[in-house]
Amino acid sequence: MNKNILIETKGLEKIYKEDGDIETRALQGIDLIIHEGEFVAIVGPSGSGKSTLMQLLGFLDRPTSGTYFFQGEDVSLLSDEELAHIRNKKVGFVFQAFNLLPRQSVLENVKLPLIYAGIKEPERTQRALELIDLVGLSDRASYQAQKLSGGQKQRVAIARALINKPRVIFADEPTGSLDSKSGEVVLHFLQDLHKQGNTIILVTHESYVAESAQRILHIKDGLLAHDEEVKNRRIIEHDGFKK
Amino acid sequence: MLTDVFKIAWQGVVTHTSRAVLTVLGVVIGVTSVMTVISAGESAQAYVVAEISSFGPTNIFVLPGKQPKGPSGAAGTLSNDSLKERDVESLKQKTNVPKVKAVIPYVFGYETLVVDEEKYNAMVIGSSELIQKNFDLSVSSGRFLLGSDITDHTQVVVIGDTIREKLFGLSDPVGQKIKIGNSKLTIVGVLAKKGQSSFFDANKSVIAPYPVIQQNILGIKYFQRLIVEAQTAEDVSGTIADITTTLRINHNITDPAKDDFFIRTQGDLVNQISTITTILTVLLLCVAAISLIVGGVGIMNIMLVSVTERTKEIGLRKALGATNKNILRQFLYEALILTGGGGLIGVGLGTALVWGMTWAAQSFAGINLPYVFSLRGLVVGLGVSVTIGLVFGIFPARSAAKKNPVESLYSD
Repeated sequence: MNKNILIETKGLEKIYKEDGDIETRALQGIDLIIHEGEFVAIVGPSGSGKSTLMQLLGFLDRPTSGTYFFQGEDVSLLSDEELAHIRNKKVGFVFQAFNLLPRQSVLENVKLPLIYAGIKEPERTQRALELIDLVGLSDRASYQAQKLSGGQKQRVAIARALINKPRVIFADEPTGSLDSKSGEVVLHFLQDLHKQGNTIILVTHESYVAESAQRILHIKDGLLAHDEEVKNRRIIEHDGFKK
Repeated sequence: MLTDVFKIAWQGVVTHTSRAVLTVLGVVIGVTSVMTVISAGESAQAYVVAEISSFGPTNIFVLPGKQPKGPSGAAGTLSNDSLKERDVESLKQKTNVPKVKAVIPYVFGYETLVVDEEKYNAMVIGSSELIQKNFDLSVSSGRFLLGSDITDHTQVVVIGDTIREKLFGLSDPVGQKIKIGNSKLTIVGVLAKKGQSSFFDANKSVIAPYPVIQQNILGIKYFQRLIVEAQTAEDVSGTIADITTTLRINHNITDPAKDDFFIRTQGDLVNQISTITTILTVLLLCVAAISLIVGGVGIMNIMLVSVTERTKEIGLRKALGATNKNILRQFLYEALILTGGGGLIGVGLGTALVWGMTWAAQSFAGINLPYVFSLRGLVVGLGVSVTIGLVFGIFPARSAAKKNPVESLYSD
């Protein structure tokens, strides 16, 4: 396995200030290293700061203090526009609420990041169709996203996350809105992507979900409480998405 | 990339069709009124100019009194008595005015016409036989005034078609008597039906020899107008100079500032009318502008609501790599599509409205109001609506662009 450091943080803090003086210290100094090709789960109870950590690692927000190196580069020095480009090209997101554009077709949804990447047609459609095929939704490509089932929606989201060949995929409670069978399909797919060499960072509060990863980072009260290697990793068998 | 963002904005508009329609309603109404005002103004102007031009480019109008400062001053010229029979005779002389073709005296007033017990208020015109050709009048029955009627002070009159209808119904008025003021005149002819002109309405007028009108009806010895016809349009300016010289000699005037008459040509009238219609158009445009501003505020309102409503979409787009600029453009383009579309609809509606107005004027009122498609209206209407889109769209678009992706993504 590749041993290059992908993500390294030192003393990462995030303090939210609400209406005047009340401060919420969501993260109180996180030091961690994630290598390329790892499958890491970030777990913790709600309010622990695990989502905040993912948002910082995913360039959706900036830390209050501390440093964040991504591929050896100090991210705090980047402009908003450069962060947008990193989110576009190096990161793929899968959210609990799917976050698809409901009235647009599956194809349009998967293509969306390519538009912001400045990729032209017909390459856009071609790449999007390949990934839609990969997640087994070829026959649904022209459907409106809102007409799909939860599991199908999340597979569209996975296709969208992969479209720019990202360095890391962030999955924020990807099974949280799904029934257990659809959830298992999604986890299987993340494991599959990992096997192909992708770096996956999975945020969850459920231990059985976290056990599908190689390594678990336990976050508690804004601190990294425990960094655990998964001994009995749960390998999810599934005969692919094609139905 | 720009066209892609435009496409995204377009989708944003069409996926919310009913909201888009409501949003642009204000702009549509505003631009419709702008287009209507400008277009109707231009139609009216074209109509009036055409009417004035129909008097012929060789006509020179001599009016008594001082040159009035504005349109309201014109009334003062009606009771000024500086233009007399002697002036008519002098102007007819080729030695005084070499290029004169005709001099037509003109007096008028409003009088009650009486036939049996029927009464009708009409414009009573005193002139000579020459007015027939100059005003392009024809008779539907009987005859027009003759030169001998003028010299002999014959007590005859020709009446307009509306007067014939009101006072005589189906019977033939030729040969019958009509009472005007205290005089009884014999009707010798009926004018053929004619569209309203800006100068006078032939259908609601009677024309008699000017000496009869002056002495028996109005009791005056002067003229309210002299129409001097030059031989050709090129002769007009020279003829104006000759008229001025002749009348100054007749009136013993040496200082031009003390002139007791002034001269108007068709060109002057056209300019005057254009000024008046332009002022009216500008005034109406100011009113229309208010509705456009209201429309713009409406757009801003809905756009702000839409930005709030679509916070999650904005967050998602940012998470997927949209820059602030991309988001700003998306919402600005949406505003522009809305206002530009509203502007186009408004221009179309305004055009249809004015077309309908001119059609109705032509078919029902017999006014030959020409339809003019106003290019100026199109440019102003579209320009203003797009400007409104920019001005009122930029604020909501900026608030969308500034949204923090995390707060947007995880908002409900």
